Amino acid sequence: MVKDMVLGSEAVALGVKLARPKVISAYPITPQTHIIERLSEMVDNGELDASFIRVESELSAISAAMGASQAGVRAFTATSSHGLALMHEVLHWIVGARLPVVLVNANRAIGSPWNIWTDQTDSMSQRDLGWLQVYCETAQEALDTVLQAFYVAEKVLLPIMVMIDGFILSHTLEEVVIPTQEQADEFLPPYEPGYFLDIDNPLSFGNAAKGDVFYNLRKDIQRSMEASFGIINEAHNRFDDIFGRRYDLIDTYFIDDAEIVFVIAGALTGTVRVAVDKLRNMGVKAGLLKIRYFRPFPSDLVRSYLADKKHVVVLNRSLSFGSAGQITQEIKNALYFEEDKPSIYDYVLSLGGKEVFVEDVVKLALNVGNLETSKILWRE
Amino acid sequence: MIEIRFHGRGGQGAVIASKILAYALFLDGYHTQAFPTYGAERRGAPVAAYVRVDNSFINVRSPVINPDYVIVMSGKLADTVDVSSGIKENGLILINSELDADHYTFEERCRVVCFDVNKIALKYGLGTKIMPIINVPILGVFSKLTGLVSIDALKRATPKFVPVKAEKNIEALEEAYNLA
Repeated sequence: MVKDMVLGSEAVALGVKLARPKVISAYPITPQTHIIERLSEMVDNGELDASFIRVESELSAISAAMGASQAGVRAFTATSSHGLALMHEVLHWIVGARLPVVLVNANRAIGSPWNIWTDQTDSMSQRDLGWLQVYCETAQEALDTVLQAFYVAEKVLLPIMVMIDGFILSHTLEEVVIPTQEQADEFLPPYEPGYFLDIDNPLSFGNAAKGDVFYNLRKDIQRSMEASFGIINEAHNRFDDIFGRRYDLIDTYFIDDAEIVFVIAGALTGTVRVAVDKLRNMGVKAGLLKIRYFRPFPSDLVRSYLADKKHVVVLNRSLSFGSAGQITQEIKNALYFEEDKPSIYDYVLSLGGKEVFVEDVVKLALNVGNLETSKILWRE
Repeated sequence: MIEIRFHGRGGQGAVIASKILAYALFLDGYHTQAFPTYGAERRGAPVAAYVRVDNSFINVRSPVINPDYVIVMSGKLADTVDVSSGIKENGLILINSELDADHYTFEERCRVVCFDVNKIALKYGLGTKIMPIINVPILGVFSKLTGLVSIDALKRATPKFVPVKAEKNIEALEEAYNLA
């Protein structure tokens, strides 16, 4: 292990390298480009023994990753925003084909108008497909989560999307402990697919399936999602044993005696941590619940932390127009059967990279008595 | 926590300078963070970059609005951009300029130091007369003025982010440190 300073995007590339994928297919898009630039250098200079497939669009990038995975090898791709949107059709197919592709998405707004800065609209728009989704706070978490993602995906036989915030994480130089290849190999065994395209053993994949068969295959996907909690926990335990860093489906900060709990996902969690520190110094009982896994959504765990709270302020960086923030929907869903629910506030914290300062979050907590629960809340 | 803001124009190397400074502070044993403002990078457009330094991991990810130190890559920029914005009382603004410090007046109570880094950059063949590249040597001046970062760490950090003319940059860095 060595401690170094790297960009969030480089941390992802280092995590991918340690996972020894056989195929990387990608198309550049800001703010993800550093990831595949770094990986293409690694392939070029022999650090990483993989095929790097340059393609003409994101639709082709994800299609190549799907084909590689169907051929039985570990496959990776990375994208962002419009690129993820262009992949949409194939993202569905990968789920149905039960292929453990790992994709890193650098969260970025989608136009119009043109915007390269961060929010979570791109990945939240893909929440219903059957991809597992993890949101990362730091470069260290991004590196570690990429390694974990291959482990989990290959056991669950569903693909995983790992999110890093564009710019505020992808372009930030920060300290990261880089695991050794020996540690990574101990954690992540070689991928051994059960069924794959093989000319010596011809099988048919993706053939027509009528209603009864199709229905049961979709039921299997949901059952695998439900069963994935156990595999994710197993991955986290193994990771802790080997690397000494502890992760969970969610993370909490000063939550035990908190009266106001902020719920957030992604790199702005760090800014909210500092706000919680400030509020505690002012005598306000604030706390934080970070959503790491958004799919599967850890409703039981969330309920166990939030059920007895007074105020829950959900800090969304995307929303389903005409409904609510996607994270708020999940929090309300998780708490539906509680008799004495907290007041849940549906707050749109930032879109398209609108800057968020510690003071913005502090003021929100100080003003919590005046907030309404019946509508979406916006910044001034 | 100490916060530093760089002002430059696209192509002057302010972002690279912020990374070298953060890396050097990391080598000196601090926890640090460096990141740029996120414009669509264009040559000539005003850019800002930030460095934070602390004794524990830095969680906050918002832009630096109350810097302890400001580093300005060219004097002309200080005429058009409010480089003193939000600076802490008695903070320091270091400007690459051949003019005297009293040419620059700011409303905030802060210290202004001008240093002609262009001259040193040109002596070591960094950039052109029209656009000298001063992003490494200006850190030598900063190190001497503030004592925040060691010159040894800056010398070690430079080649990691400056693959071309690293030796010349390090020589310029040392000379700037010695003359400051």
